[in-house]
Amino acid sequence: MTTKALHQLLELSASRFPNKTAVEESEGGTICYGELARLSDRLRDRLRSLDVKPRDRVGLCLRKSTDAVASLFGIMKTGAAYVPVDPTAPASRNAFIFHNCAVKVLIVETRLEEGLLQQFNQIGFAPKLIVLNGVGAGVPLAQALEQLDRVDPVPSAPSIVPDPSQLAYILYTSGSTGLPKGVMLSHGNAACFIDWCSDVFQPNEQDRFSSHAPFHFDLSILDIYVSLKHGATLVLVEEQLGKEPARVAPWIADKKITVWYSAPSILSLLTQFGKLDQHNYSSLRLVLFAGEVFPIKYLKSLKSLWPHPRFFDLYGPTETNVCTFYEVPPTVPESQTEPVPIGKACPYCEPLVVNEAGAEVARGAEGELCIAGSSVMQGYWNLPENTSKAFLPRGDTRWYRTGDIVLELPDGNYKFRGRRDRMIKKRGYRIELGEIEVALYQHPAIKEAAVLAFPDIDGVPVKAFTSTRDGSKLSIIELKKFCSENLPLYMVPDFFCSLDSLPKTSTDKIDYQKLKSMK
Amino acid sequence: MNPQDIKNTVKTFILSEYLPGEDPAALTDSTPLMTTGILDSIAVLKVVTFLENQFGITIQPHEAVVDNLNTISDITRLVMSKKA
Repeated sequence: MTTKALHQLLELSASRFPNKTAVEESEGGTICYGELARLSDRLRDRLRSLDVKPRDRVGLCLRKSTDAVASLFGIMKTGAAYVPVDPTAPASRNAFIFHNCAVKVLIVETRLEEGLLQQFNQIGFAPKLIVLNGVGAGVPLAQALEQLDRVDPVPSAPSIVPDPSQLAYILYTSGSTGLPKGVMLSHGNAACFIDWCSDVFQPNEQDRFSSHAPFHFDLSILDIYVSLKHGATLVLVEEQLGKEPARVAPWIADKKITVWYSAPSILSLLTQFGKLDQHNYSSLRLVLFAGEVFPIKYLKSLKSLWPHPRFFDLYGPTETNVCTFYEVPPTVPESQTEPVPIGKACPYCEPLVVNEAGAEVARGAEGELCIAGSSVMQGYWNLPENTSKAFLPRGDTRWYRTGDIVLELPDGNYKFRGRRDRMIKKRGYRIELGEIEVALYQHPAIKEAAVLAFPDIDGVPVKAFTSTRDGSKLSIIELKKFCSENLPLYMVPDFFCSLDSLPKTSTDKIDYQKLKSMK
Repeated sequence: MNPQDIKNTVKTFILSEYLPGEDPAALTDSTPLMTTGILDSIAVLKVVTFLENQFGITIQPHEAVVDNLNTISDITRLVMSKKA
């Protein structure tokens, strides 16, 4: 079956498997396909009554839950795009995102409402709100809709069938200027990837997909839409549980997860702290990972602990969705010390490796990976200049410049070699080091700030070098606290180093090379 | 081992691993560690492993939570309860 619109996947599965469990929460709540479809229909009708029209945006500030799943389908059924944010991120950041793409309605949990409203007041923004008293099993969403229906009943009308080029969702990623930027992805962009997953992974209604990634993270696209397309069960991993390998390891076994998909960092932690040899993982048939390099030491350990499932490395920035893939061979040689390659291009993508001048390099030479094809984003929301810079035009084709330096191996697989800019991947998240610097410069005492990453076998520690206006030394505890109030926690630097002044180049710019040697 | 020894041991570990360069006086028994970004989720795992090895105790997954680990006082109370 060829996917046209994402919400149609739910409608089709609801007609085939109305009573089958569609979503199961790690805290215990469940919802069947029929009920999930009905709940999202009700939200669609309510959103229309709030004047949401095709091509509008609707924000989501909810914990990962059945309520959130029903919401994103309800939003797409109106023809609008959903804009999910990290509910644990600072309210100022989330308010910026909702304002930036001018959401017409925001669906928000009560506990998060006040913080956002304060921010909205400051910037003079007032989206309509649907406020949920918490989340869980779809109950708070249903209650909120019932309450609204009692005061103002709304008629029901069929869902929109959008054009494939219409936006389905906007995912905000870290921006080097200090402000997150919205990656615009259409139904068609996601559909080609989802259909490819159907071909390669052969999901079925017996499958139980983990949903480890949060919904503002592009890994969620596979989790949600591939599982629900095939009548499988999407098993939501509550955020705190997902960070604790000692708890999530038995959970994967007990829940009989068949398809696990996450960033490699949690898989590395499961290998180290999960006591995986003590549980039964016979249900697990696929282990998919994406978002960063999987340290080979931990991949080898994990494969020896989980010899049965097939392992796939899925590579691709949010802007292209997954664009290359690599199946890890059943046995990784003990002598292998390099990470596995990112693989070959998916059939809906075309790869091109270019030098700094934008010319194609000889096969096997290092260069920047560029991607064209049907999964590639339309651009960044309201940022035509950034969009234009992100693409390399060649003939009639726009090639998205990934910023990743790769080389093609003799067997045709691409190998990741590093970045051409200052973006890093940490626990699957993209972090522009410049965004952390912008946050540090907001501190009244800071005169200079430079942030660098020092990748090693266990991860990507981030270190901030600072100097102050009055030469005093700032408390590291205070700096960490300040950062955690202005940035998502995963962007808070691990280490700080206070200097009288930062080293400079001959042109009086901060000398990053010198700082690099100050590990 | 008395509570003060436990506090000192934990404090030395956190300062050296997660706050190198910090003035030791700035890290008090009641400084929040988990809710302010001083310890992220991976650091918490490493602190738990350190406590288990250092004090010969076992901390169950459900015990490795903010209520037990957010401050040096909380951590000391947890270790003391395990040693009792």
